This record gives sequence, C-alpha cells and structure tokens, in this order.
Amino acid sequence: MSDTGIGARVLRKEDKRFITGKGQYTDDINLKDQTYAYFVRSPHAHATIKAINTAKAKKMPGVVDIFTSKEVEEDKIGGLICGWMIHSKDGSGMKAGPHPILASGKVRFVGDQVAVVIAETREQAKAAAQAVAVSYGVLPHNVDAGQAMKTKAQVHDVASDNRVYNWSIGDEAATDAAFRSAAHVTKLDLINNRLIPNAMETRAAIGSYDTGSEHYTLYTTSQNPHVARLVISAFHGLAPEHKLRVIAPDVGGGFGSKIFIYGEEVTCVWASKRIGGRPVKWTADRSEAFLSDAHGRDHVSHAELAMDASGKIVGLKVHTIASMGAYLSTFSSCVPTYLYATLLSGQYDIPNIYAEVDAVYTNTAPVDAYRGAGRPEATYLLERIVETAARELKIDPAEFRRRNFITQFPHQTPVIFCYDAGDYGAALDKALELSDYRNFASRKAASAKNGKLRGVGFSAYIEACGIAPSAAVGSLGAGVGLWESAEVRVNAVGTVEVLTGSHSHGQGHETTFAQLVSERLGVDINNVAIVHGDTDKVQMGMGTYGSRSGAVGMTAISKALDKIEAKAKRVAAAVMEASTDDIDFKDGTFTVKGTDKKMAFGEVALASYVGHKFNSSEIEIGLKETSFHDPSNFVFPAGVHICEVEVDTETGLTKIASYTAVDDFGTIINPMIVEGQVQGGVAQGIGQALLEGAHYDRDSGQLLTGSYMDYNMPKAANMPHIENFKLGFTFTKCPSNPLGMKGCGEAGAIAAPPAVINAITNALGVRDIAMPATPLTVWNAMQPMKRAAE
Amino acid sequence: MPAISMKVNGKAVSGNVENRTLLVDFIRTNLGLTGTHVGCDTSQCGACVVHIDGKAVKSCTTLAVACEGASVTTIEGIAKNGTLHPMQQAFHENHGLQCGFCTPGMIMASIDIVKRNGKKVSEEVIRRELSQNICRCTGYHNIVAAVQSAAEKM
Repeated sequence: MSDTGIGARVLRKEDKRFITGKGQYTDDINLKDQTYAYFVRSPHAHATIKAINTAKAKKMPGVVDIFTSKEVEEDKIGGLICGWMIHSKDGSGMKAGPHPILASGKVRFVGDQVAVVIAETREQAKAAAQAVAVSYGVLPHNVDAGQAMKTKAQVHDVASDNRVYNWSIGDEAATDAAFRSAAHVTKLDLINNRLIPNAMETRAAIGSYDTGSEHYTLYTTSQNPHVARLVISAFHGLAPEHKLRVIAPDVGGGFGSKIFIYGEEVTCVWASKRIGGRPVKWTADRSEAFLSDAHGRDHVSHAELAMDASGKIVGLKVHTIASMGAYLSTFSSCVPTYLYATLLSGQYDIPNIYAEVDAVYTNTAPVDAYRGAGRPEATYLLERIVETAARELKIDPAEFRRRNFITQFPHQTPVIFCYDAGDYGAALDKALELSDYRNFASRKAASAKNGKLRGVGFSAYIEACGIAPSAAVGSLGAGVGLWESAEVRVNAVGTVEVLTGSHSHGQGHETTFAQLVSERLGVDINNVAIVHGDTDKVQMGMGTYGSRSGAVGMTAISKALDKIEAKAKRVAAAVMEASTDDIDFKDGTFTVKGTDKKMAFGEVALASYVGHKFNSSEIEIGLKETSFHDPSNFVFPAGVHICEVEVDTETGLTKIASYTAVDDFGTIINPMIVEGQVQGGVAQGIGQALLEGAHYDRDSGQLLTGSYMDYNMPKAANMPHIENFKLGFTFTKCPSNPLGMKGCGEAGAIAAPPAVINAITNALGVRDIAMPATPLTVWNAMQPMKRAAE
Repeated sequence: MPAISMKVNGKAVSGNVENRTLLVDFIRTNLGLTGTHVGCDTSQCGACVVHIDGKAVKSCTTLAVACEGASVTTIEGIAKNGTLHPMQQAFHENHGLQCGFCTPGMIMASIDIVKRNGKKVSEEVIRRELSQNICRCTGYHNIVAAVQSAAEKM
C-alpha cells in the first residue's frame, strides 16, 4: 500500500476550500442581471383553489412577473414524475396522481406551491408573495398514514381509497403454514417516525435562459444532475438535453433529499425564459425546506415472527402502511417495496417471509428516500422483533441472533436477494468484545447506584446497496438503469483527470477516487483531478445515493483505468520496441521483461500525444478512455452495532453511554472517510431514536415541527463522548466488483435506531417505546413501574 | 438607506444598506464574502457565525447597521499570510468536515470556545457550547476532536 493508495488515511483534498470559506454552493453563485423567486405556498392541508388574484402583487415594487399554473399549462410544462412503477398484488399499476410544478385546481399539503413571484430582490419577491390573494375552498384532510384508507379526505381522484398500491412479496401460503407449526410467535406493532432530512444547505436553484443560443442552464443543489437534466428534458419538455446544462456545484449535504426533481427548480429554469432570459434565483428558507423537502420513513407496521422449539426462526409476516405524502416523489414508490421488504430477512436464515405493503396518500409533504431509504425501516422492524422474541424466549439477544445467522454463502433469501458474502458471527464477536458486553452487569449496577437505569441493545443489520443490475431493476419497475460512467483523461504531462457520473456532497470523492488512480497508475495524488457535477463536462451519470459511488462509481473508474493501462502498454511497447505482451506495469513504471528498458508513466503519456514513435494507423493518438459499468449484483454490507444507554429515572432523559459499531464494508479505500460516514450515520440514527420526528397536527394539518425550534436536530451534546464511541471493521470481499467494495454511507442510520430503542426498552423493562424516545415519552413509560414499586 | 462603515478582515469597508439588512447579507451580498453561510431562519444552526470585535456572533441575527465602526472577522480572514489558523488546520487533520457547509460557522464558534475556556477546555464544555451549531454530516465526533486538538496549539 502506498501512502496515498487504497487503504491509506489520506487527508481530504477538498478540505481547503471549505475551511477557508471558498466553497461554491449554489447560493454563493450570482449571475449578471439575476432576479429572485419566492413561492406562494398553501396554508391549507387540502383545498380547492377557487381563484388567484395577482393584480395587487404585480404592482408592488420590484416585481418582474408572477406565474401560476395557468402559465405552466400555456407553455405545456409537464408535471413531476415518479420513476419506478410498482404493481399491486392484483396486477394493476400504481395510482399516480398529477403533480404539476405549480399546483393546479387543488392544493394537497401545507406548503404546496401555488404561485411564483419573480422580483428584483429577494425581499421584494417575498413581500409581493404575501400580497398574492388566493381564494381556497377548504376540503377535509388527513395527515395520518394509519387512517388514510379509512378517511373521507381523498387526496387524488385516481385513488379512491388513497391507496397508491397494495404490493406483496414472498410466499403467503408457505409462511402461514410455518406459523401454524411454530412453537412460539412474537407480535409487535411499530411506527417508524417521519423524519425531515435537513441537509444544512437548503435547496437552491438558478435558472438561466440564453435568448441568443436558446440554451438553458440550471445551477442546483442536486445529488444527480444528469438525472435532473434527463427528467427536465424528457418529462417537463423544457428543452432537449443538448440545450440544457445542469450544474450541481458544491452541495451542502443531501441524505437523499437532493436526489429528487422538485417543482421549484424546474420553475426557475422555465421562468427565466418566460421573463425574457434574465436568470431566476431561488434559495429555500429553512422553513420552506421543512415544508417542501421530501420527508423520510413514516411507516405503520404490524409484524409477527415465528420460532420453532429450538429458538430457530421459521417465519416472518409483515404488514406495512407507508405514507407517500400528497404526491409521488421521484423514487418514492420503490422505497417501501424493493428497498424495504427485500431486506426483511436481515442477517437471518428465515425460510418463509411474507410482506404486504399499502402505500397511501396523505395530506403531507411527499415522502421519499432519506439516508438508508427503506432499509432502516426494514432493520428497525426486524431488529426490534428479533430482540423482543429473544426476551420472550429468555435467550440472550446475542445468542438468539447467532443461532439464526446465515452462515453459508451465497444465500438466497425468500425476498429476492441473493447475499454474496459475509461473516455475521465475526462482526458479532468483535462487537461483543469492543463493547465489553461480558461486564455489562457491573456497569448496570454502577449506573443503578447513581439512580440511573442502564440498558443494552443490539442491532445486526444488512444493507443492499449499489442498486443493480440495470436489467434487474428494470424488470422490477425502475424507469432508469443504475450503472455508472467514468472517463479517464491522461494529459500529455502525465496528470490525470477523472470525469465521473457520481456526485460528491460530503463523501470525499475528490480524495478517494484520486486514491484509486494513484494506486493504479502510480501518479501523485495531487496530479489527479476529479471532475463531477456538470452535464457539459461529464456526458452522463446516475449520481450519488444508496451508497453506490464506491461499488458502482469507482468500479467504472477502475474499468476505464484497465483500458488506460492496456493502451499505455501498447504505446510503451512501440516506443521501447518490444512486444506488448512483454510489458509490465508496476508503481507507475513500464518495463520490458528480461531487459533494463523502462519508461515512467508520464513519459508514456507524453509519447501517446506526441505520436512520433508509433504507427498512428495502428495505435490511435491520445490516452483517454471511458467505461460504463453495470454491476452484476447489489452489494451487501452488514454489521453489528451495540448501544448502551443510561436513563435518568427522575427526568426520563436518555444518554448514550456507549456506542459500538462493527461493520463489514469489504475493501475500504480510506478508513478516515469511512469512519466519518459511520459516525455521521449513527448520529442520524440516534437522532431518529431520541430526538427527531416530523409532526403534523391532526386537526389543522399544519406541520408543527417546522423549524429548529420544534424539530430537534442532533447536537454535539447528544452524541457519545469520543472514548465511548467505538468503531471496528470486519472484512469479507465483495465478489461482484473487482475492488471488493460494498458501501458505507447509510450503515449508521440503518443500524442505530433499533440498537438505541432495544437499549432503552432493556433499561426500562418495557416491551416497546415510540420513537423519538424523548424524555417525556420515556418518563411516561416509567410511571407504571414506579407506581407498582410504591 | 443609511451608510455604514466597518472593518472586515482588517480592511475598511463601507456601503449603503437598509435598516433591516442583516450583517450576514451585508457580508455575503455587498462584500461578496460567501464563506459565511445561512442554514436556518431561527438563529439556531450557527452556519453564519463571525467574530465581531473578537467575539463569536450569529451574523443572521445581527443588523448590519449595529456593526457601524466594529471590527468583523469572517472565515476568509483567519488564515494569516497563507498559513491556516490552527483551528482550520485541526478541522482538516481530524476530518472534522464532510459537506463543508456548516464548517465556517463551526470553526468561528470553536475559536471563540477555546479563547474563552483555554487550552484545557473539556470535551463536556466543547459539546455543550457547540450545541449552538448544527452539523448534519459528521456526528460531531471529529469536530470535537478537532477543537481539542486545536486548543492545545492555539
């Protein structure tokens, strides 16, 4: 291993601009003559739009123009799409209601955008937005997923019972039979709380239309600018792809929420042409982000787990109601189906699984992928019911898990996936050791002396990421393939530019991707540039989400590097007058077998472009290669996390006393960055378990958690102290990509919520507690025990 | 519109602003110093922290006109002659940032924490005081490590 190659803790190349204030986020960019957009949003959860009067607002200072659905329809701008078709059990397609970029005829949630005001300044646009008079006819609403199929509030005409689909997976008859012969059945009702992603940079866009070239440019906060360009071209009909450039510059976090195509961004591009070509800039307030970013989770589930007399799991039955919010967001439909129920086997050999999912419309913000997307919901359900079953059977939770672990690979689950490699027992052993599980009883006793209840909770998670192959996801309903592209350009001086379809918004690709190039070509890491996030530079790509950029994005780069090496060998052979088969390449030097002839990589690069030393009719001039990599399987990172909590019996406050995460991510390019991903993911998981929850008022339909005053984000003081947060890794190589990589971006957010809740329920001796387990919730849960003790 | 003048990163600056103009907008829009960020509208995320006369202040909750004659330092002004401030260096060396959006505010707030609490500032104090700043990426682990590391060198 070189000091900048695969496996090295290389400090990040991208840091300097961020720590010196030189990052360029969308709102930092200002275009000449730009105007500012502000959106008029619905104050009602559900209402008809009777009339919109913009006359007074249009006369306000600085107002350039105001648009509503009338102008959208005049220009035939298409609606937002959902890119994954899910079919119900009965074979019918999902019921997708219309989703115009500005609401037409009806508003369906508080925050639905109704009109856009374009003005000379942001303040003027905001002031005029308040003067737009919208007359509403208020309709009955429903914000509760559990009530959606019973309510009179019908969100879309196309779905009379608000049901988008009724989907199932697994063998129902076989699972029922397994339950009939079971020795013990554990039942649990669970709610997976709705979360708001809260990337620290809110969404923003600058749309710009050049009247001369008839060319559009969109700067936007996107995790996948190429998909944005494709959708805006193909579905909104704004401009063909060659007339639209999408740039996602520095992006301040995504966590899923910036995968999707939203109405505001499309509106900015469209409106720029409508006002004669002046750029239109929009930056969301945090309040707008709370209202209008796609939320995450929001499942209501019933689960049953069947065991035989030896404590072996024989069956799992699940019914889930998943809120989709008021509209189907870009990838929302696949989250509670193929990203959720396919993971219900977890790390366990469960011969029979049957799951049924009802996706429903509610009068709330759309729900879509948020860090983990479906996999946290599956892991929470399975790890909560497995822990509960172990307690009911009076088997140590670690032992119960071990008894049911899959130990042979490949392993075909009853819910589609074929796990390729893993060693779940090894991760459990390491986690038990790192967390000092054997001495838990003495720590519990010490906590008790201080008036605190201590509990321990486990979470053995598996994740499927690097979603693939394209043909497989296509057969399951995906509208796009899930490959990735790379172009490696070697310059004549031997420096390297890598153009990737992945997008970095915190993941550190500028460093890790360069490490791969450094390892393979022997080039100094500072002589490698990673180019991403601009559709004029990178031809096509699928972006970054689902922990895919290592396993899929870097494999594409690796394949392009294979071609570079092969071509460079031919050049080196020609220059050194040898056979290509006799050329070796190691540590950046080409040598001829059995001779002392050698050429440095930079010399071969120069020779490739000079072209004097070989026959250019046989070897093409230049050193530039492309690869489109389509994976042969998903990748399956897995691990065991153990959380210990201390609960204050007087206040109900839960403190994370210690947290241990042991993960198998396959090959790790940069341990420093991977550890950072785990720490950040775990913080979001702890946030879901203890602090965060989006709450809509049932009566008014208003979002009550609409700012950082009401929505409790994890802070430094909520996290375990440095010495109490232990990380470990185990290793099994992923067989489906040449680098052996899995994925690490979502693991923490997937694993942590059940670990924390299992620890709290263990501390309190209760069967269940709702997330977020706030001090009030925990205090209330303790009262029956206190009364019993008195 | 009132005229204001102040020192920003050691340089005299002036401009005409509305009475309601916030310091962060004056810094970002009038001066073009976009390292100071806005991450919320309720004065909680801390992405906008700058120093006014040496003290950490949320510039999203400060009127530009209130800073008449003050000396303001932003993230762009703490490196000296091309050498990073020890806090900037520590964030880099400890991987205390991922997307980088909260980082300027984190660094400015952290410098103030160390100044007030000294080299031996405890993890407990760092965590409590940094709870005025929100990061969604790092889980704070490496940020706290960075502040501890910089405290020894400041």
